[in-house]
Amino acid sequence: MAYDKFTTLTSTAVPLPIENVDTDQIIPARFLKATERKGFGDNLFRDWRYNANGSLKEDFVLNNPIYSGKILVGGKNFGSGSSREHAAWSVYDYGFRCVVSSFFADIFKNNCLNVGVLPVQVSPEFAEQIFAAIYDDATTELEINLENQKITILSTGAKESFDINGYKKGNMLNGFDDIDYLKNIKSEIKTFASTRPF
Amino acid sequence: MSKTLFDKVWDSHVVQKIEDGPDVFFIDRHLIHEVTSPVAFVGLKARGLNVLYPERTFATADHNTPTINQHLPVKDPLSANQLKALEYNSKEFGISHWGLGHKNNGIVHVVGPENGITLPGATIVCGDSHTSTHGAFGAIAFGIGTSEVEMVFATQCIMQPKPKKMRIKVNGVLNKGVTPKDVGLYIISQLTTSGATGYFVEYAGDVFENMTMEGRMTVCNLSIEMGARGGMIAPDKKTFDYIEGLAMTPKGADWDTAMEYWKTLKTDEDAKFDKEFNFDAADIEPMITYGTNPGMGIGISQNIPTAEAVEGGKATYDKSLSYMGYAENEPMLGKKIDYVFVGSCTNGRIEDFRDFASIIKGKQKSEDVTVWLVPGSHVVEDKIKEEGILDILNEAGFVLRQPGCSACLAMNDDKVPAGKYAVSTSNRNFEGRQGPGARTLLASPLVAAAAAVTGVVTDPRNFL
Ligand code: SF4
Repeated sequence: MAYDKFTTLTSTAVPLPIENVDTDQIIPARFLKATERKGFGDNLFRDWRYNANGSLKEDFVLNNPIYSGKILVGGKNFGSGSSREHAAWSVYDYGFRCVVSSFFADIFKNNCLNVGVLPVQVSPEFAEQIFAAIYDDATTELEINLENQKITILSTGAKESFDINGYKKGNMLNGFDDIDYLKNIKSEIKTFASTRPF
Repeated sequence: MSKTLFDKVWDSHVVQKIEDGPDVFFIDRHLIHEVTSPVAFVGLKARGLNVLYPERTFATADHNTPTINQHLPVKDPLSANQLKALEYNSKEFGISHWGLGHKNNGIVHVVGPENGITLPGATIVCGDSHTSTHGAFGAIAFGIGTSEVEMVFATQCIMQPKPKKMRIKVNGVLNKGVTPKDVGLYIISQLTTSGATGYFVEYAGDVFENMTMEGRMTVCNLSIEMGARGGMIAPDKKTFDYIEGLAMTPKGADWDTAMEYWKTLKTDEDAKFDKEFNFDAADIEPMITYGTNPGMGIGISQNIPTAEAVEGGKATYDKSLSYMGYAENEPMLGKKIDYVFVGSCTNGRIEDFRDFASIIKGKQKSEDVTVWLVPGSHVVEDKIKEEGILDILNEAGFVLRQPGCSACLAMNDDKVPAGKYAVSTSNRNFEGRQGPGARTLLASPLVAAAAAVTGVVTDPRNFL
């Protein structure tokens, strides 16, 4: 599915310094019953956001009006567990365009890149600096520059580079996805397929 | 140049290498189910594309199917809708579909191997992270997201950077009461849930060589729980014996040609791994988890560790223990259990039910526990009946349900109520995984059986 181009993003950020946030927390299984990609943002972190009776859990960060923005800053090993792309959709659908963490689970990271959410992996020290800056002042903005692969904490000027492979970067900058690429090499794929023994 | 098993299979599936980018990677077999496929079909149709090789895709319904009264219409309208969509889409695109009630129906990672869809040296993907199960046969198998499901439909390829390589060896002889599940949980407890992120694992050494195919599937299944993309084991005589003659394995001359190739599928003597771990089988006892990720596991006779003794922050650790209603230093033995779940693609195969039956035989189900016994497929269900295991179960006061994922992810009605404790043979103990507020203790079918007859966490070795 096509998504918006990603070039530079400047935004306040929502801090979630919990480690090993798994995709069952990001979107619980009972919300995976849709046959269309719609409305997943409403159930992002459902069981951390809402009580069983549907009322808001006041102490969860997404319910705290002080924090908002298009960047989610998570703890180490963010997105572990199930391969459900619904987790990345929920993040996107809620309005986040970027997740920052000192370590991402593999499939989640890959899913993010496929749906237009930029996963930015920073050093544990830089993650600490980000949390400190946000807790110091919730209006602190982060700037994510994809072209230069730099993340900056605007209030302190602290900067760090991040990695992304050149191909995926090109896709994000242009709003392309992998199928656009694969479609163009279909004859090569067919030739290859004819050589497979099973 | 010498190659690992993983290199051999990976490299033979690369259609194109992209500079500073992923490999275009060819997929031999694509498994789909009702939950992660519908949006991919919507995308495919929106682009006006077709399924390129429908004969390489196989559909089964499992994730949200009921495990009783499968002959009746599915009550939950959303689940029914997804099941209908799977059936409809499969028909429209010419994909074989094993819906509810079909004799081959069952959990996607159980029915693949049973029917010979899973082959050594093949590449297999599915929109489900436990696709790693199929690595037990020497296949490269891993879970993908829905966008990738759409890619495989349209082009039979996905775009993947080649993961790094890890080898995990376990040598020696396993202790009494220690099953493949315990080996898996032990390895995860040693590596943590992110210890293998970015890697593809090869399991080697005595323990895996001596393990049955069912056991190998259990271990490979759990690879994802330490962050690995997948895990695999070199195919050997056991592998070939298991698959020979199955519905979809090559036959006659094709079998002979395939065998010649399959015999080359092992890691060369001097091939290099990016990381290696060595464990001693003697160090492993029956395992159980006490927290909210699969890495939080200990030997069943041990006490819950203190925050200082585990990796990661104290806040996260405290949050996890408080969710479980446990405290540091408490023993796991004797903890009260409300539910027992035996099933899932980790432990829903015939060997698991044999293990369960070996302990409960001649005893009675504890009245304080609700027990869900859910075979991984109809084939497993039939074997349970043929082997007389069903009689043993019934005499001990247990009932057998119908196949599906069930309480592994609780998308159907098999939900553990909030605050209740479940010993579960599945693979994830995340908060709410088995129902909102449910508390999960992952363990082997032997540990599950011991809890089912005593109502508390019990060392299965007492009964062996
Ligand atoms: S049994 Fe559980 S882990 Fe296995 S396929 Fe079903 S939901 Fe996924």
